[in-house]
Amino acid sequence: MKLVTVAGPPSSGKTSVILRLAEGLRVQGLKVGVVKFDCLSSDDQQRYEKAGLPVKTGLAGGLCPDHFFIANIEGALQWGQKQGLDLLISESAGLCNRCSPHLHPILAVCVVDNLSGVHTPRKIGPMLKTADVVVITKGDIVSQAEREVFAFRVRQVNPRAAVLPVNGLTGQGSLLLQRHIENAPEIDSLAGERLRFSMPAALCSYCLGETRVGKDCQIGNIRTMDFS
Amino acid sequence: MNAPNLLHLPCTEVVRCYPYLADFFSAHGLPLPAGSLSLGDYIDSLDADSLENQGLDRIALVARLDGFIAQMESFRAEGARKLGKVTLVGGHDKSGRGEEVRVDLRPGDVVCVVGPTGSGKSRLLADIECLAQGDTPTGRHILIDDAPPSESARLSGEQRLVAQLSQNMNFVMDLSVEEFLQMHAESRMVEGIDAMIERIFTTAVDLAGEPFTRDTPVTALSGGQSRALMIADVACLSASPIVLIDEIENAGVDRRRALELLVREEKIVLMATHDPLLALSGDRRLVIRNGAIAAVLETSAEEKAGLAHLDRLDRRLAALRDQVRRGERICFDEGLFLNEP
Repeated sequence: MKLVTVAGPPSSGKTSVILRLAEGLRVQGLKVGVVKFDCLSSDDQQRYEKAGLPVKTGLAGGLCPDHFFIANIEGALQWGQKQGLDLLISESAGLCNRCSPHLHPILAVCVVDNLSGVHTPRKIGPMLKTADVVVITKGDIVSQAEREVFAFRVRQVNPRAAVLPVNGLTGQGSLLLQRHIENAPEIDSLAGERLRFSMPAALCSYCLGETRVGKDCQIGNIRTMDFS
Repeated sequence: MNAPNLLHLPCTEVVRCYPYLADFFSAHGLPLPAGSLSLGDYIDSLDADSLENQGLDRIALVARLDGFIAQMESFRAEGARKLGKVTLVGGHDKSGRGEEVRVDLRPGDVVCVVGPTGSGKSRLLADIECLAQGDTPTGRHILIDDAPPSESARLSGEQRLVAQLSQNMNFVMDLSVEEFLQMHAESRMVEGIDAMIERIFTTAVDLAGEPFTRDTPVTALSGGQSRALMIADVACLSASPIVLIDEIENAGVDRRRALELLVREEKIVLMATHDPLLALSGDRRLVIRNGAIAAVLETSAEEKAGLAHLDRLDRRLAALRDQVRRGERICFDEGLFLNEP
């Protein structure tokens, strides 16, 4: 089975891109499934079910979503194998832009949209910078110049990646993304594999449920700004 | 030259040779290397913690720098490369019947794509955009200068053949006209940025018919002004040799002059239009039916001659539009449709 991580800011079009991609792959006879990682709620389960794709949703709830992801991806892989999938797509929203679900041996896709503005590529961290393929959506509603500047800025922070415009509504551009997936390696197990980028050092009183503001309540790994 | 070879050179020298590196370092939140310090020493002097915050270490930074320079140099080479022609080799229609055509598109060509909704116009343009190699639903092949594009170039998305202009497109950047053009010109690595900005600006004002300034925010431009700026920008700055235009007839700009500009800038112009004036201004019309090119009509001598009549009609209508705009009444005397406006 192949496994692919798809990550991107909220509302960048990840689900639509995956749905268009799955359409193309299923025509070729591949069995595609999705595991969706989100924080508090997600309606994407229905969208995938409606498209006839096996789907599993995991909500991080009170945990850091990226920690939740890494603790569950091996289980997701086994679930996909049990379902007899040819391809499992892991979809996760990058919420604070600090982390990235991309793993070393598997194809990493980042979805960003033209509407988010030309400064966005610099603001998104490892999720974009360590991706193998960057998909840019919503190009049909901004000017050609903005599309070109946006793609250029993506290449500035990730010169190694393939940069592909895809229209999540019509599927235009999805074919080339499909080619990348077809060339992605097969994977049996993730045990011992590594994240492409480490997660932040944490563990302070707020990780453990503290809600009050104030010095007395800050225990553990805390860093304060210099306001002098 | 690649980054490892640059490491022993002084920073000033490196930045002078590769001015775009300033952007690279600022994108990574690093100070601009300067002075007689070698690039290698500069990188060694960077704080490991702040690199780690960027998801980098020194080795990864050098690798990324290397990739960046290679990419920028290939952009530059791409910009300088002259494309001779793009060839579309027919596939099959929706019923699987062969599409027996081979269409060459050369810089300066104006080709209209005509056919009812759902006939396959968008598919045709999508085939060109993704450099189809018999792997799209139409089975078409796209050749560049008589050869299929390399699979790696295709998959990297580096070669963008098609620039698009359509009614649905808007500016979303919060920038003035000048800042906007500056940003685009920088990303295209053109030399003489100021002259380029001036040229696009004056061309756009000219096309729009209603003046605006360099300080106008792009989002505050009227529909016609935005379209005019987009057209001038695509003609002069876009990296893509093919320009696809959708519904320019309603854009509020002088559409014939827009077309002349694109041709002058050696673009291959593909237009999805049913406006007779525009259609006859083109050299050919690709007639799309049932997902395939059913015919290629060369604009005939008779049609070319008729263009003068259409032009007169068009100017007459434009004059009437102006009259309505000025709040005047329109007098339907005998000369209305016959006399020169």
